[in-house]
Amino acid sequence: MHRVAEFYRSTPGKKFVTTVTGAVLFAYVVLHTLGNLQIYFGTRMLNAYAGLLHSVPGLVWAVRFVIALSGTLHVVAAVQLTIRNWGSRPIRYMVQRYREADWAGRTMIWSGTGVAAFAVYHVLHLALGSVHPDFVPGDVYHNVMAGLLVLPVSIIYIAAVVLLGLHLYHGLWSFFQTLGWSHPLYDSWRRAFATAFAVGVVAGNVSIPVTVLLRLIS
Amino acid sequence: MRLTLHIWRQRNRNDRGRFVKYEINDVSPDMSFLEMLDVLNQRLIEHGEEPVAFEHDCREGICGCCGMVINGVANGPEKGTTVCQLHLRHFRDGDVIYIEPWRSRAFPAIKDLVVDRSALDRIMQAGGFISVRAGSAPEANTVLIPKETAELAMDAAGCIGCGACVASCPNGAAALFVAAKISHLGLLPQGQPERHRRARAMVRQMDREGFGACSNHRECEAVCPKRISIRFIALANRDFLKESLAPSEATSGKAKNAKK
Amino acid sequence: MNLAPKVPSGPLEEKWTRYRSTVKLVSPANKGNFTVIVVGTGLAGASAAATLADLGYNVLVFCFQDSARRAHSVAAQGGINAAKNYRNDGDSTMRLFSETVAGGDFRSREANVYRLAEISGGIIDQCVAQGVPFAREYSGYLANRSFGGSLVSRTFYCRGQTGQQLLLGAYSALCHQVTLGRVKVFARTEMLDLVVAGGRARGIVTRDLVTGRVEAHAADAVLLATGGYANVFFLSTNARGANATAIWRAYRRGAGFANPCFTQIHPTCIPQSGHYQSKLPLMSEALRNDGRVWVPKLKGDTRDPAEIPESERDYYLERMYPGYGNLAPRDIASRATKRVCDEGYGVGVSGRGVYLDLTGATARLGEDAVRERYGNLFEMYECITGEEPWKAPMRIYPAPHYTMGGLWVDYGLQSTIAGLFVLGEANFSDHGANRLGASALMQGLADGYFIIPYTLGEYFAGAILEKVSPADQKFTEAQKEVEDRVARLLSVQGRRTVDSFHRELGAVLWEHCGMSRDAAGLRAATGKIRALRGQFWEDVRVPGDAADLNQELEKAGRVADYLELGELMCRDALAREESCGCHFREEFQTTDGEAMRDDGRFCHVAVWEFAAEDREPARYVEPLTFEAVKPAERSYK
Repeated sequence: MHRVAEFYRSTPGKKFVTTVTGAVLFAYVVLHTLGNLQIYFGTRMLNAYAGLLHSVPGLVWAVRFVIALSGTLHVVAAVQLTIRNWGSRPIRYMVQRYREADWAGRTMIWSGTGVAAFAVYHVLHLALGSVHPDFVPGDVYHNVMAGLLVLPVSIIYIAAVVLLGLHLYHGLWSFFQTLGWSHPLYDSWRRAFATAFAVGVVAGNVSIPVTVLLRLIS
Repeated sequence: MRLTLHIWRQRNRNDRGRFVKYEINDVSPDMSFLEMLDVLNQRLIEHGEEPVAFEHDCREGICGCCGMVINGVANGPEKGTTVCQLHLRHFRDGDVIYIEPWRSRAFPAIKDLVVDRSALDRIMQAGGFISVRAGSAPEANTVLIPKETAELAMDAAGCIGCGACVASCPNGAAALFVAAKISHLGLLPQGQPERHRRARAMVRQMDREGFGACSNHRECEAVCPKRISIRFIALANRDFLKESLAPSEATSGKAKNAKK
Repeated sequence: MNLAPKVPSGPLEEKWTRYRSTVKLVSPANKGNFTVIVVGTGLAGASAAATLADLGYNVLVFCFQDSARRAHSVAAQGGINAAKNYRNDGDSTMRLFSETVAGGDFRSREANVYRLAEISGGIIDQCVAQGVPFAREYSGYLANRSFGGSLVSRTFYCRGQTGQQLLLGAYSALCHQVTLGRVKVFARTEMLDLVVAGGRARGIVTRDLVTGRVEAHAADAVLLATGGYANVFFLSTNARGANATAIWRAYRRGAGFANPCFTQIHPTCIPQSGHYQSKLPLMSEALRNDGRVWVPKLKGDTRDPAEIPESERDYYLERMYPGYGNLAPRDIASRATKRVCDEGYGVGVSGRGVYLDLTGATARLGEDAVRERYGNLFEMYECITGEEPWKAPMRIYPAPHYTMGGLWVDYGLQSTIAGLFVLGEANFSDHGANRLGASALMQGLADGYFIIPYTLGEYFAGAILEKVSPADQKFTEAQKEVEDRVARLLSVQGRRTVDSFHRELGAVLWEHCGMSRDAAGLRAATGKIRALRGQFWEDVRVPGDAADLNQELEKAGRVADYLELGELMCRDALAREESCGCHFREEFQTTDGEAMRDDGRFCHVAVWEFAAEDREPARYVEPLTFEAVKPAERSYK
């Protein structure tokens, strides 16, 4: 077997794939969040930004391709690992208490599933507009405002972002460990990094539906 | 002290197993957990019942035989200790205690609290060694090892192979056990020639045994009786990645191309 | 009984070299035709099995634990000696040799001990190459510490886990050979009998502890590396599973048992705190490097140790043995401790304890330095007693630890049965009447890595071995005997548990065949043990059946053997009318209470030959001669 195939078959190999693809997706999330925050600079700014992205030939499709590929690999490897993990303890403990393993880490598959489902909804809602009540192609600002003013939709957005935060809280820390980036001088920064970015992404993205619902921007 | 014990009883591999409740009234806080089970067993035998089978040997925390999940935590409530070194002074009078065996697909049940951990031996056989013939070793002080390196290797080498890491891991992974050995030998100069081959072989065997995958939950570190750090998992991952994705030319199996 | 030691001729320094260079060899092509059984996977067994497999022999390895890595060598704490002289403090092969012979009170075989000292350096080389993480200096060179009974610093160590690391080294070598297909390991399999066919050891009978299957295995030679029998005392520093069954069964098949009464009582163990206690954990002798042993000068002083001023403390080891002080050999230190406690100076609730004080060292060196040297030992003490040894002195008391006695072997480690070799603690060879600290690991690895590969080869090269199979009559007979014995243990169905017999036996031996012995006590003990043995076979209760894992059944078989061995120990102690090393007969002491040897009558190894059931065993002797070190009164003053 070729080394790369053998590598993927191994559990650390799959873990490596989820980690690297996770990092790509994370980078996308950060950029996307920064983009989203332009909503606070008003209609023109946000729409201009959206227009700019679409004006670069191939950029949108290239990004879509990378995200779709990373997302697929991320999901496939994670699902394979999870199925394996579920099978590793056929008889469960009657009592099980965790000292360290936190809730965010143990529910990665569910927070991940939630985020993936949301991603599909989000594309249908704000990119394609097929589940949007009043979709105007090109008017991003309008689409966001109109879309998020519907309370259940905003709740979905908020819930999804919180799930994403939980996912990042564990995933970003785990990233260093899986890649073998551990050094006593810097190890304490790993937790701080993960927490800071998880909180930042959640705060940035939750603020949008909240401010929309509270009519702080219009 | 009075304790109520719910102990997993299972006649053999084919038996389904169940919890059985035992009340024990006259134990002393100075007893070790295993001595409490000894007292229970003596009583069971006197009453014509079969004693609870549990594994134990050295009773000083080094052989790695004993191990059970006590109220949901591998090796019980005290950190950094084996069950034989866990004393009843860490429990309260009247406590209800659930005692279960290590549960993992890779550790098939044998009887009561005894499981088969030979999977760990097979991982060691796959590569947990430095191949050296008796007689061919150089004079010991020709290999200089910085004190810090030796200490770090010793931190990893302290693993007693008890399997608490597997038992406690939400995924049933053996990453800490495997990483401890890969790191112990990989940190030392003597271990360099086989370093990457070792990492690859041991990981492959670990996967074959049916252990789960490491998700960096850190639970293993928290229950390890020898407090082995998950830093070693990071070190082992590094060795494994290096060998899998960028092996040295000599070991990649493509060395012959260099002749062209 | 033929007790020819077969020591090679020539000067002491050249015997082993000469032996190695002239020994008969087995051709490399032929080695694969020989099968060797190794019982026990401690330092001696694992190193022997790995080395023999590496030479090309087929090796079958048996251990009762679930993994070879758990053999009780794993618990050795302090270190391993080697005459490297890295400290430039006057060490040499000759000094290690002479200290070991003197430490053993001149009851060991000179040539064996010299060979051990000679090989010691190579063991360290081998272990370092295997990746054993010995303690180092900042410069990267190997570190040493001091140990009892020596004036030089020659002990190599891995924190307080030296045995574990050495065993993992040997175990990893064994793992390598398993992968290469030259070794097959039978874990959770206990040897219950030896098969002797045509006058040679040709196999063993085992019981699979999980399935209960009794099976015979055939081979060309059998190596026993099954450790010692200190567990005969019930309370000892040994692992609960450590047992004498393999060597006892071999004794019953004709192997001579040498010096059974030579049992080492280790001075620094955690005292017994209750009747439920299952073992007495050892606190490494290494602690005596920086620790001072004392009792209050006032009898029955119950003050907190910190409140007892310096002037009211009796550092009795330093007082009685100023030359070695706290590093006096184990037998001497244990006896001194017993004496001060007998006189009423002991501390703790039972009065059976003395202080081992490292608070001075902590103050002098700092907590970090002390933690680095003994951290895991302190944690263990704290774990067990709930007291912190950083702040208050530890309480310690002697406990059975090691047995110098064991199956008799010649220079080639061969017992009185041809083809039966005995390695490590299971044999009697190198430590005489008292073992010095950090030399058990040395002996186990010397036997396994460096001696048996030569001596076993010589046996094979010189023997004509007929083909045998487990279907042969001798094998099926032995198998039947084992099955009958197992059935008999299960059929008694009496009222008493196995442990209750074991505790009672232990108490008798501790009282009469422990740190001090006398004729009347030994005679009484013999009678008591015999009676206890009778009761055992009438009143023991072994629950369960033979077809599953049955830990009580395992214990019952071992205790049944202890009940025979205990009697032989008393018999041997009674016959040895002198005091030497660990063997202290009240009747034979100097005016200041030191052991009084009788070199005229007892400068020999006493070897016992099994007669028949309930017939008196015969006592033979192998005279000991000393050329390089002349027997003198041991002086640690």
